[in-house]
Amino acid sequence: MMGDAAPLVFAQGVERKFGPVVALRGVDLQVTAGEVVLLLGPNGAGKSTLLRCIAGLARPTRGTILVAGRDVHSDPLARAGLGLLSHHAFVYDDLTARENLRFAAALHGLDGVEARVQDALGAVGLMRWADTPVAGFSRGTLQRLAIARSTLHHPALLLLDEPFTGLDAAAAAELRHRIAADRTAGRAVICVTHEPGEAWLPATRVVVLLAGRLVLDLPRPDSLEEFRVTYARAIAS
Amino acid sequence: MSTLHAALAIARKDLRIEWRHKTALLTATLFAILVLLIFVFARDPASVPLAAIAPSVLWVTLALSALVALNRAFLLEREHSALEGILLAPVARQAIFWGKWLANLAFVLTVQAIAFPLWILFFNVTPSLALIAVAGVAVLAAIGFTAVGTLFSAMAVRTRFAELLLPVLLLPFMIPPVFAASEATLRLLAGRPMGELWGWLRLLALYDLAFLVLANLLFPVVVDE
Repeated sequence: MMGDAAPLVFAQGVERKFGPVVALRGVDLQVTAGEVVLLLGPNGAGKSTLLRCIAGLARPTRGTILVAGRDVHSDPLARAGLGLLSHHAFVYDDLTARENLRFAAALHGLDGVEARVQDALGAVGLMRWADTPVAGFSRGTLQRLAIARSTLHHPALLLLDEPFTGLDAAAAAELRHRIAADRTAGRAVICVTHEPGEAWLPATRVVVLLAGRLVLDLPRPDSLEEFRVTYARAIAS
Repeated sequence: MSTLHAALAIARKDLRIEWRHKTALLTATLFAILVLLIFVFARDPASVPLAAIAPSVLWVTLALSALVALNRAFLLEREHSALEGILLAPVARQAIFWGKWLANLAFVLTVQAIAFPLWILFFNVTPSLALIAVAGVAVLAAIGFTAVGTLFSAMAVRTRFAELLLPVLLLPFMIPPVFAASEATLRLLAGRPMGELWGWLRLLALYDLAFLVLANLLFPVVVDE
């Protein structure tokens, strides 16, 4: 699955335990620039935990994770080129959409903050709500803001955890277009989803986790329907 | 992004949110006024003169109202898991501690600035230059217990009973600065020589330094999953 380039994500023997529960069991994964990886698996397979470990939000119990060659847990610079769209929006209800993005920009030490914030709001169609406190946002609007927040700094590695949740058809299509554009621009995307069809077209590779183990890792097949059969077999086995 | 810039961005964000609603500020101030009034009315005026209890009451009031203020420090990071958004930024974990500490210190000092004149009024404290020194002692004490409070607030917020847990964790650690500040205030108001004060001021300064350093070291462990 790897190209010649140094991997943006290098995970080796990653294990993560929550008390007696083992969420990840020796996962090896390498992702290079320009790859869009669909990370699939049933509930409790460890997909979100793996993303959190790669993002530096959870520390692996065992194993190594490097992002752009740096230890994501000990080296803050490893997080500079990383964006995470999670189940949570990472925003404050009492701030407006614009203020939330300004704060995120300040934390990333970005230049040209106002222009970036304006671009990010425009890209997700939030200009109308730019100066509205987040407390009044619907689920879908909140998800749009979360997308803007996670991509504000144009990360080289974008981690998406069920990103299509709450989005209407137009916003979902826009997100697929954005993922494809990221791939073209040489960025890497890891997208966790239950429904492979949601991001099938921009994907370049499919990885399946089952009970914390990586059980399938292959280039994205041409046929989604054929893959569904393979996927069902992998889960059943 | 330097630790200082990130800390300032976090502090500005916290203060902006607080300024917008003023809910916690009003609650802490009202709480301070109520504590002062309870002490005024609960004492027996025939046997306990106001001047005798004034220093202790000041420090009980400031410590308890600070507790109310510190409780909110990380609660606002709970909504939409906002703290994780900060943890994703390319800044050292310590920047979060310093940012939160700065905002908490500003918040606690504001509550103190409101409660202090009310204490002077309610307890018939004679206006004098010594009150400026007492205000200085208040700042010195606030530095230390906001450092401990910020650390414990980050620990407590991950639990289901954060509002209940924080006082249990924090109050024992507030005893040394409250005791030292109360003793220093007593001597300042009584016009005692500075020689009698230095020991208490040194204790406060040492407490501040020790807990700022300790909190800075322990904070990454507290916020990491």
